[in-house]
Amino acid sequence: MLVLTSVATYYGSVQALKGISLHVNRGEIVALIGANGAGKTTTLKTISGILSPRRGTVTFEGRTVGGRSPEAIVRAGISQVPEGRQVFGPLSVKDNLLLGAYHLSWREKRARLRENLERVYELFPVLLEREQQPGGTLSGGEQQMLAIGRALMAEPRLMLLDEPSLGLAPRMSKAIFGAIPAFRDRGLTVLLVEQNARAALQIADRAYVLETGRVVMEGVAQELLSQKEVQRAYLGRGYQQVWEE
Amino acid sequence: MPIWNPRAETMPRVDLEQLQLERLQVTANRAWEGVPFYRRRFEALGLMPEQIRSLEDLRQLPLTTKEDLRSGYPYDMLAVPLREVVRIHAPWETSSTPTVAGYTKNDLRHWRELAARVLSAGGLTKDDVIQISFTYGLLTDAFGLHQGAEEIGASVVPVTAGAVEQQISIMQDFRTTALVGTPSYALRIAEALEEKGLPRSSLHLRWAMLGGEPWAENARRRVESQLGISATDNYRVSEIMGPGVAGECKEQKNGLHVNEDHFLCEIIDPGSGEVLPPGQMGELVITTLTKEALPVIRYRTRDLTSLDPEPCACGRTLARMARVSSRTDDLVIVGGVTISPTQIESVLSGVEGIESHYQVFVDGVGAVDRVQVQVEVSSSLLTGDVRHLLQTQNQLRQRFEEALGLPTEIKFVEARSLSREGMRRIIDRRKGESSHPAQQ
Repeated sequence: MLVLTSVATYYGSVQALKGISLHVNRGEIVALIGANGAGKTTTLKTISGILSPRRGTVTFEGRTVGGRSPEAIVRAGISQVPEGRQVFGPLSVKDNLLLGAYHLSWREKRARLRENLERVYELFPVLLEREQQPGGTLSGGEQQMLAIGRALMAEPRLMLLDEPSLGLAPRMSKAIFGAIPAFRDRGLTVLLVEQNARAALQIADRAYVLETGRVVMEGVAQELLSQKEVQRAYLGRGYQQVWEE
Repeated sequence: MPIWNPRAETMPRVDLEQLQLERLQVTANRAWEGVPFYRRRFEALGLMPEQIRSLEDLRQLPLTTKEDLRSGYPYDMLAVPLREVVRIHAPWETSSTPTVAGYTKNDLRHWRELAARVLSAGGLTKDDVIQISFTYGLLTDAFGLHQGAEEIGASVVPVTAGAVEQQISIMQDFRTTALVGTPSYALRIAEALEEKGLPRSSLHLRWAMLGGEPWAENARRRVESQLGISATDNYRVSEIMGPGVAGECKEQKNGLHVNEDHFLCEIIDPGSGEVLPPGQMGELVITTLTKEALPVIRYRTRDLTSLDPEPCACGRTLARMARVSSRTDDLVIVGGVTISPTQIESVLSGVEGIESHYQVFVDGVGAVDRVQVQVEVSSSLLTGDVRHLLQTQNQLRQRFEEALGLPTEIKFVEARSLSREGMRRIIDRRKGESSHPAQQ
């Protein structure tokens, strides 16, 4: 469904991605793991259109999306939940969610808005409880749920999740990770970027390990869980003992 | 026969190529990072691994030879620390430094799956009793196929190589249905049965997967008819992994399906190193795609074959390699003509009374090179009508002179008088080679 071939992305003259190739098949949960600065978020931004690749191709369902505008990419069916949530603080939970469907046509909205909202509330009941509250008053975990809900309102076929567990208490991030496999049942495909490699590998089908802008390992998530090198790539060299939760 | 891993073995080629590119880049990154030999190579060319942007870009990298692997003895070619290596194999040779193949847990897991794929393609099921007649030890064949057979769930009898009589007793008592070994060993079993006057029905054998040395179609026909079984070919590269690289499908027996999601193959002209298009015969060059402990880039196998990427009627989309019948070391140049075992075999085939074992000697007599073909013949030919014997000899001599364009002497020898194991077929006495079993 999504194919990246030898993608090179730069920040000015600094090369952040050095020829990244990966693919995500329909219905899969694929994880991108690696230490800070490895290029995970840059990869997601290259896919969602916030950044353009200087070399290489990004195709989605057979069509090139690399280099196109973020709006066009959202319309094509890709939705991103950015790092750090970025909910609209002053707006209510409900309005945040409705904004997620902004790009859909009026007719599409009328038909499915109610239904999509209900499905988000079903997934994250706390959002219904706090429907009228300003987004900024929610806890970190609740904001993460709101950000995910907002992305779901765009009716994506591929969801890009950037560090959903960042800054969350372990129990919260467990709840978030627990919700992700359910997306598959809704016909959604997920590309998940995570620093918490263990949690990501436990729910993913396959994974790619990034290290300083390159893919250094790929395979079935279960097989990667036991790899010493994965631990090293995730934590950086030398941190042997911090692996355990 | 069931396809062991349908997702991998029937993948559309465009998806396969994307997967190969991803894995090639991982391999290049890891080799550059973790194997000093490859880092030096990249640096010498001023190349960074990210410049491998397509499968064709692989050609920018130089070939790796067996001597290169030997030069890293014992552990310099490994990309992981030794504590992550859980198995070490080494095809041990008496006259030269061995090459060392290390395997991590994941490498072993992949190896097991690939061996299961080729065994399943050849016809092994979990209802079989399979006898492994390769030598268990540092060599890769026995363990590799043993693991694969267990993965399938067959009943594995690790007999190891040994006296043919013992192999036969076990086959009879244990009701073995499948045999794994070399083609020459299978022929010895057939000969032993004949000598003892044992009927084929005393065995339950129905299939053999043979390999480890080049064997031609007429050798396959002999094994199949003498043992009353089906025989399939498989291909291994002992310096890198062992068996499981490629195997024939029982349905078609038309080339060996290469596990291309784990091995990227190229065919090169052995002289110039130029990459040849599909269908052309040349030397097989392999790049590992998933090996963790021992990533190898563009390894010269010295085996001659060709690749056919067309899908097979069995359903697999994995490209097929032609059966390997000669190695680059087997080729000898006489009077400007290149002679190969395949050529010799095609001249010998179809001539009545000629058995499949032969040896060719090339001598330099003064300024002239001479070729002598020694070939085993049936006892009926040797003890029969002398005129018939001479006629056959003449016929063969003419055939050879036509095929090679060189004066050829034909010498008939008794059946079973030529050495069987691992011998060179073409012995170049001009170079001081002898007919003693050569090392692999």
